[in-house]
Amino acid sequence: MSTLSFSLDPTAAQTTPSQRTQYPIVTGTSVVGLKYKGGVMLAADTLCSYGSMAKYKDARRIRTVGTNTIIGASGEYSDFQSIMDTLEGHTQDDVNYDDGHKSDAKSIHSYLRAIMYQRRSKMNPLWNDLVIAGSGFLGYVDKIGTTYEDDFIATGFGSYLAIPILRSKWRPDLTEGEARALLEDCLRVLFYRDCRALNRIQIAKVAEGETGVVSEPYELETNWEGAGFESTKGGMEGDGGW
Amino acid sequence: MASSGSGYDLSPTTFSPDGRIFQVEYASKSVASSGTLIGLKCSDGIVLACEKLLANKMLVPGSNKRINTVSKTSGCAFTGFVSDGRQIVNRAREEASSYLDTYGIPVPPSVLADRLAHYVHYFTLHGALRPFGASMVLGCYEEDMDEASLYMVEPSGQVFKYFGCAAGKGRQGAKTEIEKLDLSTLTVAQGVKEAARIVTMLRDDGKDKPMELEISTVAAENNYVHKPCEKSVIAEAEKWAKEQIEEEEDMEEDED
Repeated sequence: MSTLSFSLDPTAAQTTPSQRTQYPIVTGTSVVGLKYKGGVMLAADTLCSYGSMAKYKDARRIRTVGTNTIIGASGEYSDFQSIMDTLEGHTQDDVNYDDGHKSDAKSIHSYLRAIMYQRRSKMNPLWNDLVIAGSGFLGYVDKIGTTYEDDFIATGFGSYLAIPILRSKWRPDLTEGEARALLEDCLRVLFYRDCRALNRIQIAKVAEGETGVVSEPYELETNWEGAGFESTKGGMEGDGGW
Repeated sequence: MASSGSGYDLSPTTFSPDGRIFQVEYASKSVASSGTLIGLKCSDGIVLACEKLLANKMLVPGSNKRINTVSKTSGCAFTGFVSDGRQIVNRAREEASSYLDTYGIPVPPSVLADRLAHYVHYFTLHGALRPFGASMVLGCYEEDMDEASLYMVEPSGQVFKYFGCAAGKGRQGAKTEIEKLDLSTLTVAQGVKEAARIVTMLRDDGKDKPMELEISTVAAENNYVHKPCEKSVIAEAEKWAKEQIEEEEDMEEDED
């Protein structure tokens, strides 16, 4: 008796239902984004995890689409790469038409909404939460096709740990430097508390009237001397924090 | 059959007794009577230039383009039947994007040119098909060699790699002029002007229809991205071209 989950006889009735993606394999964690005075900014670390293993430490999870849009992705990295291939194809199509039209962040956001919703409705989602930023625009799309726009957005663990910080610290008149410092604060907290995060990060921005730029990765300064990290927990002696 | 060869021109599936395929030759004829098209391989990239003959004075400038982008670093220009040319452009775009999807690198120019030639050639083999009445010049960046290369695909399905090539009405004169250029030192910036000069020079203002000049480049200074030239750049090149042509004419008159 065969233990194969599929049959070699094409005429035989299928014994098990076909299964699509039910869980991600290689994943990136949070993406955080905000609007500031004169632009929009995104931040994410460069880690891709294989389950709980920190497998790839130089996975760039923020990329530009065309010249005026940036996208940050949490979730399955291969799905993100596939999405970017598709978007780059569309960008080239825009260039080929040669009529001066370019898709902006708003239309890319809407396009991704349609794709993500269609895929989840086929029970075969692209396993990503995406943050799309462009001139005056900051939007979110997740793996089931939910969308919203806001002044600040965070995905994954960031929605628990970064959103409270942003709610208390965000102002519409943040300068570029303040915006960057705020995002770094968010990612620093995420690095402390999210076990799938890394202190090596990238920041990206689309300033009003300028093209999108993604920084090279750099390391955040961290300080582990806080009382919360030093005190023992759960009655366990001498093993550091927890 | 009055003379040898007559009656053999109705289909590309049959050779004439002296070994010719008339339908293919007729297709080449339709290219030979349309606007001049030239391609130059300069020291730092490719220049494509095309004389777009205007069928109607009411056309919006910039419409019915004959120079098209195929992929990020490749562009093409065609002359002949515009609708046939567009078909080849579409095919080029499909080949370029499917190669990129499959192999993750831009299509090498030699592969793209080859595949287009196969496509065009296919239309010379079947009784139910008509050969393309358009010639296509490709300017395309080659990553491995770190240089751009120039190819021309003809209605017969022939393809060659060139330093300089020409098609259309003024091709003979254009080839003569291109041979006079020192392409090993000519830059793309100068090439744009020379191309404008050659195309303008070969026109017969008395007889020829009004035209719009199209020029594009695949140049090192743009990271070999294919770029149709701005209107202002073309206007400047045309102005320079006219001055050069006038100077030459004055010199000839002085000699007489």
